[in-house]
Amino acid sequence: MTVTPGWYMALAAVLFAIGASGLLLRRNALVMFMSVELMLNAANLSFVAAGRELGILDGQVAVFFVMVVAAAEVVVGLAIIVTVFRRRATASVDELSGLRG
Amino acid sequence: MDASEVMVSLLILLPLGGSALLLAAGRRLGERAAGALGTVTVGAAFVLAMVAGRGFLAGTGEAIGIPWFDWLPALGVQAGLLWDPLSALMAMVVTGVAALIHLYSIGYMRGDPRFGRFFAYMNLFVASMLILVLADGFALLFVGWELVGLCSYLLISFWFERPAAAAAGKKAFVVNRIGDAGFLVALMIVFATFGSLRYADVFARAPAELTTASATAVTLLLLMGAVGKSAQFPLYVWLPDAMEGPTPVSALIHAATMVTAGVFMVARTGALFELAPASAATVAVVGIGTALYAATIAVAQHDVKRVLAYSTISQLGYMFAAVGAGAYVAGMFHLTTHAFFKALLFLGAGAVIHALGGEQDMRRMGGLWRKLPVTTVVMVVAWLAISGIPPFSGFWSKDEILATLFERGGAWRLIWGLGLLTALITAFYMTRLIYLTFFGRARWAEGSHPHEAPAVMTLPLAGLAFLALAGGVVNTPWRLGLEHFLEPAFHGIPIAAPGSPFAQLVLAILSVEVAAAGIMLAVAGYRRGLRAAEEGPAWDLVRRGYGVDEGYARVFVAGGGAAARLTAGPVDQRGIDGLVNGVGVLVRTIGERLRPLQTGFVRNYGLGVLAGTVALLAWFLSRGGW
Repeated sequence: MTVTPGWYMALAAVLFAIGASGLLLRRNALVMFMSVELMLNAANLSFVAAGRELGILDGQVAVFFVMVVAAAEVVVGLAIIVTVFRRRATASVDELSGLRG
Repeated sequence: MDASEVMVSLLILLPLGGSALLLAAGRRLGERAAGALGTVTVGAAFVLAMVAGRGFLAGTGEAIGIPWFDWLPALGVQAGLLWDPLSALMAMVVTGVAALIHLYSIGYMRGDPRFGRFFAYMNLFVASMLILVLADGFALLFVGWELVGLCSYLLISFWFERPAAAAAGKKAFVVNRIGDAGFLVALMIVFATFGSLRYADVFARAPAELTTASATAVTLLLLMGAVGKSAQFPLYVWLPDAMEGPTPVSALIHAATMVTAGVFMVARTGALFELAPASAATVAVVGIGTALYAATIAVAQHDVKRVLAYSTISQLGYMFAAVGAGAYVAGMFHLTTHAFFKALLFLGAGAVIHALGGEQDMRRMGGLWRKLPVTTVVMVVAWLAISGIPPFSGFWSKDEILATLFERGGAWRLIWGLGLLTALITAFYMTRLIYLTFFGRARWAEGSHPHEAPAVMTLPLAGLAFLALAGGVVNTPWRLGLEHFLEPAFHGIPIAAPGSPFAQLVLAILSVEVAAAGIMLAVAGYRRGLRAAEEGPAWDLVRRGYGVDEGYARVFVAGGGAAARLTAGPVDQRGIDGLVNGVGVLVRTIGERLRPLQTGFVRNYGLGVLAGTVALLAWFLSRGGW
């Protein structure tokens, strides 16, 4: 059984679905964050798989950008979560609904 | 600039400077200096006018244009003065009469808390009137026209603590605006047609470039302005109320000078009226109708100043009839003599009011000739002048008008007949005034001690009495001085003139008899004092000016009020405000509805993003690729 790009795409889709489900279903901000990372990396996987299949570097270039953005996002996001936790003693997003309209 | 150009410019700048100085420092100057400054500047202007006009008086003068400055360069409008016999005559009459009235005012206004401001306004008026008469085009004429209106407003409501005076000033201002609207439209048509507002350009090109229809439109609109300013029917209602102002103001502005601006303007634009015979006839009809109408109202007045106000309206009607008939010289002649005798009548009435401590009702006068001998003598002179008894000035000018109207024949004979009837009524009401004021039984209040006015007031009275007596010599049928004087100003325009000497003599005898009849009727009627016959509904109706004022109040004032309430209430508050508020309410309602979408739960937003992405993806896929 050969591993075709379709497998990679299927794996990426599964990973993305798991990430999206985690984001929507979990309450802990830290876990939601990890779910986002999962979705980003699912996208990265589809990028490199497509790049390899088409024989161009664009997919890998895009992945580097995503990684940089994800790293920056983690820095900011974790700082916010830690600060919120210090003030409210909770990381549950359901209790952080002060910006309700 | 040569000497006469400087003199003519100074003519305006002297009273203007005096006014500015009095406005700035009137209170600090004190009465003596303020009165002297006001009088001297106007007196000096009179001397300048005589010196600058000596060439015209000698019959050798040339009309000169004095360019001042580029006023509206974009429109090519320049400000400049025109010094010709017509403007010179007006300048002399205005400054001469004004100087005497200023002198009189020093006595009349003594002790007034706003003495300095009074002279500031009076000087400003003289300067404005001179701008009006000396303008070399419609643009500056209009500036002067509005400035005299402003001064009139300021001086009518000079004693603004009195509600009646404040209301009278407002009324004068508003009624004048109606006429001025027409005037302004006429100016726009002139500018649109000729691209210039200078008299010289307009009058030279008018015969070739102005159709009869547009000439009629322009002149009728000009007449509208003249009717407002000169208090002719139907816009006369402001003048009787304007008597709320101090008496010298009534004499200067509302008898001698400003109200004659309409007559002057029609004479000045005679070249246009010449092209529109229908308009000229309208001028004459409005004039003679007003003359007769106002004269009948004057008969029934109790207030001495209101008699004179209606008399002024009536005499202005004569002048309109004259200039409408093309008798420009006769009209200007009557304007001049009227300025003398009507200013005298007002100042004399002012001396009587002054003597009786503010009393204006003739029913509480009478028998004053013993107490006020000088005033009585000058008032008798003015009475004979306005009644048209020779050799007093009014006789010459009124008769020239009547003789010219008769000479034109046709329907003009009817106007002549109405003019003769007006002369009868004029003699009647003036005799009534003199009789009720100075003769008969004394009816003034016990304890009031009438006293002759000080010399500063009687001196101008004597001066004006001399002019009212002898002013007619400037244009007698056998020595047409004024006619030769004014002729160059009406170059190229035919001036209607009276007929043969014999016809003039017959008409003169007729009109003197009519005047004598009017006097005798009044003497017979009022010999035993105020007749009981003056009571009754008919007299009351005439006294109230046939209810025209009430009619205006009911139709225009009440109608305007109703229109204002309509626009303020339903239209503005409900319509326009409702629209604005409705937009606000709409936006707010939409906001209220959309608020619940912002739940504050991150997962709701996340679900929204996901749903959106899935929807987009589904859409792309359903189209089969990109």
